[in-house]
Amino acid sequence: METFVQPAADVKVENRSGGRKTQILVILVIVTNVFGNIFLSRGMHDVGRIVSASPLDYVRAFADPWTAFGIAILAIWMISDLALLSRADLSFVLPVTASAYVLVALLGHFLLHDHISFARWMGILLITGGVILAEETPARTTTGPPEHLIPRHRR
Amino acid sequence: MKWLLVAIIAVCNTFGDVLNTAGMKRQGEVEDLRPWTMLQMIKRILRNPLVLAGFGALAVSFFALLSLLSITTVSFAVPATAVSYLLETLLAKYILGEDVRWRRWAAATLVAFGVVLLSF
Repeated sequence: METFVQPAADVKVENRSGGRKTQILVILVIVTNVFGNIFLSRGMHDVGRIVSASPLDYVRAFADPWTAFGIAILAIWMISDLALLSRADLSFVLPVTASAYVLVALLGHFLLHDHISFARWMGILLITGGVILAEETPARTTTGPPEHLIPRHRR
Repeated sequence: MKWLLVAIIAVCNTFGDVLNTAGMKRQGEVEDLRPWTMLQMIKRILRNPLVLAGFGALAVSFFALLSLLSITTVSFAVPATAVSYLLETLLAKYILGEDVRWRRWAAATLVAFGVVLLSF
């Protein structure tokens, strides 16, 4: 998806390949979020209900291959999300990566034949609208870290 | 108790994301996506107090979510997620200094309402 860049006076306009890396990270964050959660829930379904205060019962759940695979993919999600936040605004990343919700609902509908109610279709439509609107803004509008969050001696 | 947990989830989730963003911006842009660069990034994160505090806040939010799920259904956690979108956009503007104009406000609002509708 091509990003529509609106340069403001003090806004760093991304160059083409920089913008592409940000977009690759956006896609990686969405895909790893979706599949990590799908594999994790498949695994936890195999493991069965855990109602326990003992951490050992949760550790045992990791022995299930689906659970372990899901957690490994979610680790990649966490790392790519942090890499993305180093390059893009939080107020850009949040709505754009919400497309994961849409992907989960559509995958459930087309692969697992989950029923999608009218209200859920409207939800999918609203989120898609939000993703498109956010995609039309520049990925990053700040030049450096927020000054007041950096210790004085590092400025 | 339920609503207290919802509030804890929303607030900790918001602060977790804001701290992570501030920490990653302070650490500097990840220039390329090679595994070696990612490894270096992870090593620096372990010495980044903002991101570590962000992880702490997200962990509190996660355990509050587990407690909430143990006393009620998943749909009860949805308002917390929806509110986080708006709260995080607000803090992104006023704490992180991001240029949030009508498109981003509209995007966050649409996603927040969409998330609520998806839970039906």
